[in-house]
Amino acid sequence: MKPAKLQAVLEDLSVLERTERIEYLIALGEEYRNFSPEEVPRDATCRVPGCESEVYLGVSPLGEGLRLKFAVDNPQGISAMALATILDNSLSGEPLSQVSEISEDLIYDIFGRDLSMGKSMGLSGMVRMARDSARYGKPLAS
Amino acid sequence: MSATLTQILEKGYARPEALVTTEWLAERLDDPSIRIVESNEDPLLYVQGHIRNAVEIDWVRDLNDPLRRDYLDAAGFQALLRRIGATSETIFVFYGDKNNWWATYAAWVFHLFGHTNVRIVDGGRLKWVKEGRELTKEVPTFAPTDYVAQPRNDERFRAYRDDVLRHLNAGNKLIDVRSPEEFNGTRLHMENYPNEGALRGGHIPGAKSVPWAKAVNPEDGTFLSADSLKALYEETAGLESTDDVVVYCRIGERSSHTWFVLRYLLGYENVRNYDGSWTEWGNSVGLPIEK
Repeated sequence: MKPAKLQAVLEDLSVLERTERIEYLIALGEEYRNFSPEEVPRDATCRVPGCESEVYLGVSPLGEGLRLKFAVDNPQGISAMALATILDNSLSGEPLSQVSEISEDLIYDIFGRDLSMGKSMGLSGMVRMARDSARYGKPLAS
Repeated sequence: MSATLTQILEKGYARPEALVTTEWLAERLDDPSIRIVESNEDPLLYVQGHIRNAVEIDWVRDLNDPLRRDYLDAAGFQALLRRIGATSETIFVFYGDKNNWWATYAAWVFHLFGHTNVRIVDGGRLKWVKEGRELTKEVPTFAPTDYVAQPRNDERFRAYRDDVLRHLNAGNKLIDVRSPEEFNGTRLHMENYPNEGALRGGHIPGAKSVPWAKAVNPEDGTFLSADSLKALYEETAGLESTDDVVVYCRIGERSSHTWFVLRYLLGYENVRNYDGSWTEWGNSVGLPIEK
């Protein structure tokens, strides 16, 4: 079962046309605020594998689960910022049992199928790292 | 001579007219003889902000056949160019993200239809943004034209599998622009992207490995100077400008960047892009493979 907030986001996106979806995602990306190195260390443990936008994940306890803090250091990484916002808003504090079952395929529900291989790798890497961090309670690169 | 032209000429390219600077473009945003085209990997970037008067050409929706593994046909190309208000005289100025990876891919597809009057913005989107130049969300509209496309002619710039076999058997040269892990066969496909994977790993026998991104300066996305490119492709990989060369990657997109470098920046007359690339070669029965 997907976390309820994530399910709601995916349902919102499912009714949008491509242009509307892109504008929605850009708005989320522009809402994103980066984390400092004190909040999210820029080290190999926290780095999301396969993500060219240089994305790092830091976690801390929150609610029934974890706060997922994605640091995106590429100012042009608007897709990574949008996904970071979605994952933080919809998964932080949610039950670990639910977050640990999410599939990286949700990036296609969010961004559509027109993703290049490289872009797909990076974004799915963010989802996978969030999922695996929920499984093990700490940032864990797959 | 303008300062911007001098910047390109100083880099010593064989066909410097194929490249323009961000300054050159900034002075010509309203020039009706050019059509500015942004082609990106990231589908959000154009909508978030683009160079004024730039249209978007999307590598999936605009350039690929939706059903067959092939590029659009002449009717599709004609419809595309009519839609963006182009004529046979239009100069296309391409730029994009990822060091112009997708911009050169679009430019290569234009060549298949004989529309070779193209330019690439040196440094692409990265350099434009780093210089603090203006971006807009306003999507331009241009009056549709009656552009008539030539039939697609793949012969000169595109290689098919059997062409590559003949090329190989004749002892001609190949450049593999994938990562070293893909070239060595230690990675069959990118994780979670089996559609672009292969049953066998390695490379086409005799191919030299020159990862595509080595041709650019990572800090601003500009192309290396001709001397540095020659060191990369000629001194290291053994090419000569008179060679008949085939370049390939996994599906032919990264290799279009190297195709542009060899054809325009180093002046190679005979360079073809094998877009079937490793997803075809590594999945085909009986083809020779080297590790």
